[in-house]
Amino acid sequence: MAATLPPPRLLPSGDSAVTVEFSRTIDDDANQRVLALDKALAASPIDGITETVPTYRSLLVHYDPGKIGFDALGEKILPIASRPLPPATKARRWRVPVAYGGEHGIDLEDVAKALNTTPDDIIARHAGGDYKVAMIGFTPGWSYLSGLDKSLHMSRRQSPRLLTPAGTISIGGIQAGIQCLAAPSGWHLLGRTPVRTYQLHRNPTFLTEPGDRVTFFAIDHKTFEDMDRAAEAGEIVAEQVDA
Amino acid sequence: MSRLVIASIGPASSVQDGGRHGAQRYGLTVSGAMDRLSLAAANTLVGNDPFAASVEIGPFGATFTAKDGAVRVAIAGAPRNADVAGKPVAMETSVTLKDGETLTLGFARGGAFTYLAIEGGIKGELVFGSLAVNARAGLGSPYPRPLQAGDEFTTDAASGAPELRIELPKPATGPIRVLLGPQDDEFDDANKALFLDSEWKISATSDRMGYRLEGPAIKHLHGHNIVSDGTVNGSIQVPGNGSPIALMMDRGTSGGYPKIATVITADIGRLAQTSAGTAFRFKQVGMAEAQDEARKFAQLIRGLPDRLRSSDTVELNIEALSDANVAGYAVSAVDAGTWQVTAEP
Repeated sequence: MAATLPPPRLLPSGDSAVTVEFSRTIDDDANQRVLALDKALAASPIDGITETVPTYRSLLVHYDPGKIGFDALGEKILPIASRPLPPATKARRWRVPVAYGGEHGIDLEDVAKALNTTPDDIIARHAGGDYKVAMIGFTPGWSYLSGLDKSLHMSRRQSPRLLTPAGTISIGGIQAGIQCLAAPSGWHLLGRTPVRTYQLHRNPTFLTEPGDRVTFFAIDHKTFEDMDRAAEAGEIVAEQVDA
Repeated sequence: MSRLVIASIGPASSVQDGGRHGAQRYGLTVSGAMDRLSLAAANTLVGNDPFAASVEIGPFGATFTAKDGAVRVAIAGAPRNADVAGKPVAMETSVTLKDGETLTLGFARGGAFTYLAIEGGIKGELVFGSLAVNARAGLGSPYPRPLQAGDEFTTDAASGAPELRIELPKPATGPIRVLLGPQDDEFDDANKALFLDSEWKISATSDRMGYRLEGPAIKHLHGHNIVSDGTVNGSIQVPGNGSPIALMMDRGTSGGYPKIATVITADIGRLAQTSAGTAFRFKQVGMAEAQDEARKFAQLIRGLPDRLRSSDTVELNIEALSDANVAGYAVSAVDAGTWQVTAEP
């Protein structure tokens, strides 16, 4: 039997939730353990857990203290969280169309300048990446991606924008993102996708799941308009392929 | 079917219920009532489930008119003057509006949110099991936005049940209790003490997403950028400027600032009802006490039906006070809050 992994830290998030923290930094191994624990808890639920929220480095476990206390829950979670990782299963891959630059990616030129290269080179590096949905959070469907090319790592904007458009494709720090709804953001806006990662009354309402793989491909602005109309009507305009 | 028409209503008013649970993993904000106990009290008065959808009324006044039949409602939460056709209505009681009658609610006197529950509940389209408004995500029903004059609710005709009042425990007045964490280790002892020992005020720029706290600047040990992780109702995060923000019901499901402490479940409604500018303090408690209080809070809500009383006793008391000529307060007591104080032995 494989050796167990070092246990995560159990951090109280109030009286009805516990943060199961595997790492303090963005770390793909930690994220794999987060997703594995999430899956394990879904497969064999612990009575009292009401909801789990995977993030880059921790799993937030909401629970009902009327059913289980902090210590008892911790004792049940720790052995599961310390299990060796199960063999990787086949992930879904989404090919996500992006209209880069211009009005859809107002920071593309500045990012190219800051990195001493051309906008086309930035597009090639961003679209050429192999990403994983590490977590979804902040607003519905906002998919945080790991796997951004190191040459594109740059600190966030000094002053965040109060509103950035729906479908924004952006980078911030060492992360990349697919934003669904219009929202404030301090990231650099490279383009927009017509894909709705969240759309009410569509089946599925949420397109992406933590653990999904993502690649991007460039589309022109005319194609964006066409796909955007189709997406508004409920079509999933991202291509799904087996990873 | 009767209708309840909003003749006028202030900002920060919306339909809220127990919230939208189960999809935080997709970034779906929970929302729901800022003061769950008051929501549950109002609902219990008219026989609804405790966390049924009700009207959450912000600090300003509002008027509601019954149309096409009678409508039975109840109010609980931040105290305010209330009357139907000039006849005072006490907080924490039910009242039936006859066809055409108007319930007038004044400004909140202390606190922020008052809940108006409608007998039979609010009809709308559930999304993830909830009618709660989350204006940013365009969610909520029947109106996915703050309420405005002219909005209306279709509802069952009033049952004609006798009017009730509900006896709630005296509101606690002590400090807002918190558990440290999950990222209290991002702060040194001096700054944790500064947080716990200082007097705080809620900034006027606060909203259902977060309450900004005015007080001393809290310094981080390793800077303010942590890797985003999950948030809960009552998470107190400290951004770069050192001014803490208590995350409330419309919070983002994840956040990237260190969270020094978390308000305990039993006190979140109290924090929500703390008016902007009012000084208050935090107090650290341990996990055992916090969870004990959470269980008691859940029990209190489950036991609300046992706290219902005939509202006749209230009217008798008003008359008794008038007769005894000690009713200076009671006579001017369109003011239900003041009346309650004078009625306290």
